[in-house]
Amino acid sequence: MYNRIKDAVRKKGLEALSLLAIVVLWQLVADLIIKNKLFLPSFVDVVLSFSKVVKSGAIFTDISVSLLHFGIGLFLAFIIGIPIGIAMGWFKTVNRIFDPIIEIIRPIPPLAWIPFAIVWFGLTHQSAGFVVFVGAVFPVIINTYAGFKSVSIIYVEAAKVLGCTSDRALIRYVALPSALPSIAAGMRIAMGVGWMCLVAAEMFGVSTNGLGYKIWWHYYLHQMDFVLVYMLLLGFIGFLIDRAFRHYLDDRLLKWRTGVVM
Amino acid sequence: MSRLTVTNVSRTFKNENGAPTSALDNINLEIKDKEFVCFIGPSGCGKTTLLRIIAGLDTPTSGDILLDGTKITVPDAKRGMVFQEYSLFPWRTVIENIAFGPKMQGTKKEKSLKIAEKYLELVGLGQFKNSYPYELSGGMRQRVAIARALATQPQVLLMDEPFGALDAQTRNTLQHELLEIWEKKNVTILFVTHSMDEAVFLADRIVVMSARPGKIKDIIDVNLPRPRDRTAPESNTLRNNVLKLLAREREK
Repeated sequence: MYNRIKDAVRKKGLEALSLLAIVVLWQLVADLIIKNKLFLPSFVDVVLSFSKVVKSGAIFTDISVSLLHFGIGLFLAFIIGIPIGIAMGWFKTVNRIFDPIIEIIRPIPPLAWIPFAIVWFGLTHQSAGFVVFVGAVFPVIINTYAGFKSVSIIYVEAAKVLGCTSDRALIRYVALPSALPSIAAGMRIAMGVGWMCLVAAEMFGVSTNGLGYKIWWHYYLHQMDFVLVYMLLLGFIGFLIDRAFRHYLDDRLLKWRTGVVM
Repeated sequence: MSRLTVTNVSRTFKNENGAPTSALDNINLEIKDKEFVCFIGPSGCGKTTLLRIIAGLDTPTSGDILLDGTKITVPDAKRGMVFQEYSLFPWRTVIENIAFGPKMQGTKKEKSLKIAEKYLELVGLGQFKNSYPYELSGGMRQRVAIARALATQPQVLLMDEPFGALDAQTRNTLQHELLEIWEKKNVTILFVTHSMDEAVFLADRIVVMSARPGKIKDIIDVNLPRPRDRTAPESNTLRNNVLKLLAREREK
């Protein structure tokens, strides 16, 4: 038991200490220097507000609504972006057709689509999902394309002499697995961008719940401790989603890459 | 019966400016069933190009290649190939790599894995069944590549400097093993190499090629009984002959 603790301290001690120090510093600065809840709510304020939103249950509605928006956007980005990226990476003609369109639309910041999202979908979940989709789809397309472009010719030729000759079979059995690390990286980037777009989309009032929406709402009420609760929640959930995704990939899909220097 | 006939095969490459380079010029060759033929020559003599054309990975500018009277145009599993580079699919385990060929030919999954296991035993790597390629040494990877190429039961096995990246000792071991497999499996082998030792140790016939344009300079019959002694006087004489042929080629 003692050894276990010692081990844990040695491994994560410094990290834990760092977090603890920042919390203490925060509390001291808020209590002794700023002394103004609007400017900087203290750690204790935030914890108390957090327990309030947990008790009222608001937090669970907000999280599930936000995850719904995020899910709609990401799901669409994956099922549309990956096939487009594959087609562009494998067939030159498709690339020539899609590339100019994508290059023109891509630099438009996703948030600039909010007016159209509202006009097209109204103040609905789909509307927020659409904004997330616009932000997430391009990293997916571009990374899938790049992954397909860098499929080593030697694997394609090896597959061909083993009787795997049709485009469909080559894509499925050679190009796709070979490009998977790059596609996965694109998905991770997309999730990060999507998470940011989510907050903005919700702030613009495309829905009446959600983590992003609540930040704005509490700001109007000048409840900065609640604003901070939702900010931290966004950070934590974003972090957890990324961790879970990476864990899943490394364990399941990319086991063969162990030993590859990234 | 699987006779390979190469008739008047030429291959010209064009560079960016459109200037043509002749990689192969009028190659004629007949290879008997179950023969072991080595191709040797200076770099740029088109030996790899010839092998790729026979595999169906490249098309000749003119001329034909017939296997049992059927013209070769596209790759198929009748001709297996082992590459110089490590070509195992890194995302598949060893056994899945070998089972890939049978699977592509429509064999059921369990059956393909059974076949794969048989070939894995043939190259003596049974215990590495579920390893990924990155876990294997270079020599083991090429053994698996050989097993993978054989698993589709090709009539001809094409080998493009398969042991080129290996150290000398591993190379010798693999040459031994390859001959054993060849005798067991009765397959025709076309083997590209730049090593005189390798050619003299392995081949029934050595095709010596010359560069720019790639042509067949000479075909030497190796009438030495197997197993061959690498340092026997006969081997040395043969090696010297080929070396002289190649040296003359370099002076040109």
